[in-house]
Amino acid sequence: MTTLTDDTLPTTPRAVRDEMIVFVMMALLLAAVPFTGVYPFFVMQALCFALLACAFNLLIGYGGLLSFGHAMFLGTAGYCSAHALKVWALPPELGILVGIAAAFVLSIITGYISIRRQGIYFSMITLALSQLLYFIYLQAPFTHGEDGIQGIPQGHMFGVFDLSKPTVLYYVVLAGFLAGFLLIFRIINSPFGEVLKSIRENEQRAISLGYRTDQYKFLAFVLSGTLAGFAGALKVFVAQNASLTDVHWTMSGEVVLMTLVGGLGTIFGPVVGAFVIIAMQQYLAGFGQWVTVIQGSIFVICVLTFRRGVVGEIAHYFRRSL
Amino acid sequence: MQALFAQLLVGLINGSFYALLSLGLAVIFGMLNIINFAHGALYMMGAFVAYFLLNLGGINYWWALLLAPIIVGIFGMILERTMLQWLTGLDHLYGLLLTFGIALIVQGVFQNYFGSSGLPYAIPDQLRGGMNLGFMFLPVYRGWVVVFSLVVCLATWFLIEKTQLGAYLRAATENPTLVRAFGINVPRMITLTYGLGVGLAALAGVLSAPINQVRPLMGADLIIVVFAVVVIGGMGSIMGSIITGFALGVIEGLTKYFYPEASNTVVFVLMVLVLLVKPTGLTGRAA
Repeated sequence: MTTLTDDTLPTTPRAVRDEMIVFVMMALLLAAVPFTGVYPFFVMQALCFALLACAFNLLIGYGGLLSFGHAMFLGTAGYCSAHALKVWALPPELGILVGIAAAFVLSIITGYISIRRQGIYFSMITLALSQLLYFIYLQAPFTHGEDGIQGIPQGHMFGVFDLSKPTVLYYVVLAGFLAGFLLIFRIINSPFGEVLKSIRENEQRAISLGYRTDQYKFLAFVLSGTLAGFAGALKVFVAQNASLTDVHWTMSGEVVLMTLVGGLGTIFGPVVGAFVIIAMQQYLAGFGQWVTVIQGSIFVICVLTFRRGVVGEIAHYFRRSL
Repeated sequence: MQALFAQLLVGLINGSFYALLSLGLAVIFGMLNIINFAHGALYMMGAFVAYFLLNLGGINYWWALLLAPIIVGIFGMILERTMLQWLTGLDHLYGLLLTFGIALIVQGVFQNYFGSSGLPYAIPDQLRGGMNLGFMFLPVYRGWVVVFSLVVCLATWFLIEKTQLGAYLRAATENPTLVRAFGINVPRMITLTYGLGVGLAALAGVLSAPINQVRPLMGADLIIVVFAVVVIGGMGSIMGSIITGFALGVIEGLTKYFYPEASNTVVFVLMVLVLLVKPTGLTGRAA
């Protein structure tokens, strides 16, 4: 099996330090957004997808597992958070926890099933499982079918932060994104992350060295699914609705596209990819289905000529892991 | 009882499409090591080519049955020559991503021009009407679809398992380098195999046009079900794909009768059960 990325550089303190510098720069840049003229709703939306793509990337970029059903975590967490906020009238922080817990349980179940097969079969199974959930949500009464859950109250985070104010909401979403990102960053640079990379590079060898690779892959799947759920819960506050689009396979495809554009197996790639794709959808919204055609073309171009992605190319040029 | 047999027939028809599509996927996977995500889109193209042939060229169903698979097959071979062949030696996942992109492009283009609604395609005169079988009323066209699909599936099985060409094909699946050393043009065989697999998908599209109408998204949801069928059956055996395809169609039909709420999900649920009991699939080798 050939490798997905050429990021085989060992994690050194210097590399981690460089990545931390880039991270601080990214955080400062994002924190400055409300003071610029950029539309905050757009950036918040992109941040949610960036977190989703980072969670997805944890699985493919570091575990070598291509999940084609990550929308199921996004959508499930979204529905459960939305239900908790609207029907149970829980405060925002508990609503988010409900969503994360739902994604956690779902990822344990789906991970247990899908990790049994590898490679291409794993992708097909995750896709089929997410389609199964799509049909369940289509029929379940609490999701309100085609209408979705709408008009979700934003409330006061910890009783203090009024989330109906765009600037406050922006910083809460940003804090959530950065926390999730740091967690993923920590996971990747941990001994666990190193074992994951070794599984990606050569699973047989990892097994022969005594690692129970199935357990590592399962844990990576649960972490990835739960973090994707966190993104879904945050998205509820931004969009104020939860609908079937978030569970549909096209959404799973978009996440794959974001990560591919940014760079599979790069730390910052999914963030860049999410901003690129969300911006593209924003600007091309008037072109109807041509957006789908353009997305398909980007897939084709990336796979044929640009497999490292934006950040991957930069990292390759500077011989750094980013 | 009438309703039960009617649903069984619908199940058999869906099963025919599952069998034709999963057969094509298995053949392509064997030679190219690619899961062809574009399979659903090419199935849809088959139906549209039949529609164009009839409405623009006045070419009837019977010719479409022959021409549409050839036209779409050539389109597929162009895809293989211009794009898929460059993926040799890369991770399997890139094949999935590339063909997913192709599927988005093809579906997007058709959606732009034809929206999401269905275009009617009339049943050919010779296959109109129905037969009373005593226990049920059998529309001739539906019976024809099941019988014809079965014949095509068995012919494909015969071609691959029992002929000289099929023997080359199977040998090239196992060890392409060695087969090339014997002077057989393996790259051309790969192209033709992709054309064959795609042609089967297009044929299924033509067959379904009079039943399901011609829609740009007709293949998008179908392909996911077919993936589940492939996971259940495994891609190791041609006959396995055919039997699994038909069997799952029938089970789906029965579910529609006994518990309609689950008819959309039953194939996926079965996939989960099979994975829990026998992770390698019913006929597949470990992958």
